[in-house]
Amino acid sequence: MSAPDITLYRLQACPFCERVVRVLDAYDLDYRSRFVEPMHSDRDVVQRLTGKRTVPAIVDESTGVTMSESGNIVEYLERTYGPESTNADTETGEAA
Amino acid sequence: MDLPFDVVDLESVDPPAVGDQAPDFERPLVGTEYWEDAALSDLTEEGPVLLVFHPMDGAFPATYIWNEMRDRGWIERESVQVVGLSISTPYEHTDLLESRGVDARLFSDPGNGVAEQYDIVNDLDGMTGVSEPRPAVFLVDGERVVQYAWVAEEWPDFPDYDEVEAALDEL
Repeated sequence: MSAPDITLYRLQACPFCERVVRVLDAYDLDYRSRFVEPMHSDRDVVQRLTGKRTVPAIVDESTGVTMSESGNIVEYLERTYGPESTNADTETGEAA
Repeated sequence: MDLPFDVVDLESVDPPAVGDQAPDFERPLVGTEYWEDAALSDLTEEGPVLLVFHPMDGAFPATYIWNEMRDRGWIERESVQVVGLSISTPYEHTDLLESRGVDARLFSDPGNGVAEQYDIVNDLDGMTGVSEPRPAVFLVDGERVVQYAWVAEEWPDFPDYDEVEAALDEL
C-alpha cells in the first residue's frame, strides 16, 4: 500500500483538527491520520516534527512542508490545493 | 494450567490453520507515540508478524502475556514484528505499552470484528453485550500464510510460550 503524501497529526474531538479535516475533504485530498495523546507531555512525535507539541500538525511529503496551527494549515492547503492554486490548474489541465 | 477442577471448555471453532492464508483486516494500530489505521498486510509487507490476540487490557492475562513476551525478548527480535490485538481502545493500549514498558504495537478492535473473521469469538459470561477474541497466537509470513497457530480451547488458557518461541526460532 502506498502511503498518502499528507499526514495529519490530530487529537480526537479537537475542533482545530476537525477544521483541517474539513478542508482536506473539501479538496478531496488523500491523507492519513495519526492520533496523539491528550497530554501535551506525551506528544514527542509532534514536537520532533514541528518543534511544538500542539495539534493539528501536518506533514506534506509532496511539497516538503511541515507545519502546525490550524489557521496556517488551512491557508497552506487553500494556497496549494484550492481552486485558485496553480496546482489545481495543472491537475485540471492534465485531466482535460 | 494445573488446577484441581475443570475449567470451561470453549466451543470448537475453525480458525486459520498452518498453511492457510490469514484473513487481512484494517484497524487502528497503536504505538507508543500515536495510532493510525493499518492493515495486517501492511505489516507483513515488511516480513513475518506474530499476531497475539488477548483479553482486554487490564485483565490479568493481558498483563501476563505482555510481560512474558517482553521478558523473552520477542519484541526486540529483528526477524518478526510482535503485534497485539484486543477489544480495548487506543487510549488503553497506550497505557498498557507504558505500564508494561514495551515498545510494541497493538491493534484496537472494540467491535471484535477481527475475532469474527478468525472464528475465535469469546462471548464473555457476566458482561452482557461484550465479546472479545479468545486468547490466540498466529505467526504469519510475508504472504500472511500461517506458520504457527494456537487458539485457546478452554477458558482461561495461555499460549505455550516455548512452542511459540520454537516457531520464532525457525524464521
